[in-house]
Amino acid sequence: MVNPIKSYKNTFIILIIILLVIGFINISLGSVHIPLKQILSSFFSGEVEKEPWKTIVLNYRLPKAITAIIVGSGLSISGLLMQTLFRNPLAGPFVLGISSGASLGVSILILGASFIGANISSYAFNNFGLAIAASLGAFLVLSAVMLAAIKVRNTMSILIIGLMFGSITSSVISVLAYFSTASQLQQYMFWSFGSLGNLSWKEITALLSVFIIGIVLVTFIIKPLNSLLLGENYAKSMGVNVKQTRNITLIATSLLTGVITAFSGPIAFIGLAVPHLTKLLFNTSNHKTLLPAVAICGAIIMLICDSIAQLPNSEYTLPINAITSLFGAPIIIWLLVRKRKIYY
Amino acid sequence: MKKDYEYIINTSKLSIGYTSKKHTNTIASNLDINLKPGNMVCLLGKNGIGKSTLLRTLTKVQPSLGGDIFINNSNLASITNVALAKTLSLVLTERLPDTSLTVYEMVALGRQPFTNWIGYLTTNDLKIIQSSFEQTNTQHLMSRKCYELSDGQLQKVLVARALAQNTPIIILDEPTAHLDLHHTINTFSLLKNLAKNFNKTIILSTHEANLALQVADELWLMTPTNFISGKTDDLILNNDLNQLFDSKLISFNKTLKQFTLKHS
Repeated sequence: MVNPIKSYKNTFIILIIILLVIGFINISLGSVHIPLKQILSSFFSGEVEKEPWKTIVLNYRLPKAITAIIVGSGLSISGLLMQTLFRNPLAGPFVLGISSGASLGVSILILGASFIGANISSYAFNNFGLAIAASLGAFLVLSAVMLAAIKVRNTMSILIIGLMFGSITSSVISVLAYFSTASQLQQYMFWSFGSLGNLSWKEITALLSVFIIGIVLVTFIIKPLNSLLLGENYAKSMGVNVKQTRNITLIATSLLTGVITAFSGPIAFIGLAVPHLTKLLFNTSNHKTLLPAVAICGAIIMLICDSIAQLPNSEYTLPINAITSLFGAPIIIWLLVRKRKIYY
Repeated sequence: MKKDYEYIINTSKLSIGYTSKKHTNTIASNLDINLKPGNMVCLLGKNGIGKSTLLRTLTKVQPSLGGDIFINNSNLASITNVALAKTLSLVLTERLPDTSLTVYEMVALGRQPFTNWIGYLTTNDLKIIQSSFEQTNTQHLMSRKCYELSDGQLQKVLVARALAQNTPIIILDEPTAHLDLHHTINTFSLLKNLAKNFNKTIILSTHEANLALQVADELWLMTPTNFISGKTDDLILNNDLNQLFDSKLISFNKTLKQFTLKHS
């Protein structure tokens, strides 16, 4: 008997080809012009005309492209999980205050260092210190929103609560900023612009391992997430442990968002916009299709945003956050105007 | 010897209602239900009398306030969620959230208690899904999106989803609430057919008292003071139906087997 549920095999193959092509284009662009042939040979044969080219490709551009892929996938998956869990198309790491939680953690580390003592500020430069602070912050705000969500059933109220937590954290950040020095402030500002570069292979390994833990957790909740589409009561009646599913979703989301925000700064709109774009492309709610689709689309869009941000053939690089918002916000507006109703 | 349970659902001194920190709100107590398999039961009662509460308690959606519930002779409190999902399926009165799942995907979700961790559908699962579409006569809706369906179509595919769960008991909370007479009668006859030909135990709450009297094997009547259960014909003979609505305007006509307007 044939299973009539669409597998979208062809769409997936096309998307993976697009991902590879865009990944390659992303690596070939930058302030230094390197011929395509030389880029290929620096990957495979290792024989390059100029030695610095190899260094640029392997130690700067390739890590950045890999970071873009992880960041794009991770944030989009978090967005999709939030949208299903809260049954609200506007949910996402940003709206629910998770990203602000991560920002709070980082700001306490960078800006609050002066309160505790100058010794700590040397650790603040360390990306690993930032990662831990951001993850803790993200987890803290997410648990607070979750506690509120258990008390308040109405999903609209939960979103508003998330927004309120967001403004509480940003006001704490403002107070911290007011009392901190110009150099600390500058350091925090640069972090909040978002950046995909500057990661060493060691840091990418850390990012990648947390990402993989998150993805493994997510694969275990694909089945219950699908039944949650019919509402909590139906899910329960089909034997789903709703509480456990909710907890795993939250842990996976805070791991992914926390660690990504830590290493690359609070990147806006990817988490909110990519799931909607993907749903438009695939026209399904089935998480077995949506989760991998959202991961690939997120990676593609992040690579495109990064390619634009580095302003090809110039020495300037724009803050990645500016590009994602510039793209994301109009997409959401266009979606709402065109479709009027979003199904999740 | 084959083990044969006499009652598929059986309660003793069951009381239902809600508890909050401050006080307990008992809606009904001392409910004794003894239901044999293969029957179609209609639960009748006025709005707000506690029909949904009773169904929610029987399906473990909410806890009972006292007494015991036995499903297939095992205590409901000790049955795990997955085991319960294999004996009892639901059709709820709440609206389905907007989703772009196809009807097939939605009905296939009914197989979840039986599938592996990723939800892989085996040939056996596909066969059961196919036959639940056939039993509800909804094959033509398979590839439609859930949000495109009319109320009547949606009700049928929700029954199909419950059938895909392939449980001996199906409980439906006001399945005909949004339907016109045509679709209401269709739903009733579909459910009656499932009870009669497939030995399913069907329990539904409804306001269609006159229709219920024609098809139900058993009736459960909830009145403010009383819970009466029994064979439809016995309840008619005993004049129990007159207690259902304590209104001066409605009376039960024994010969017509119908509720009628009382003429002054």
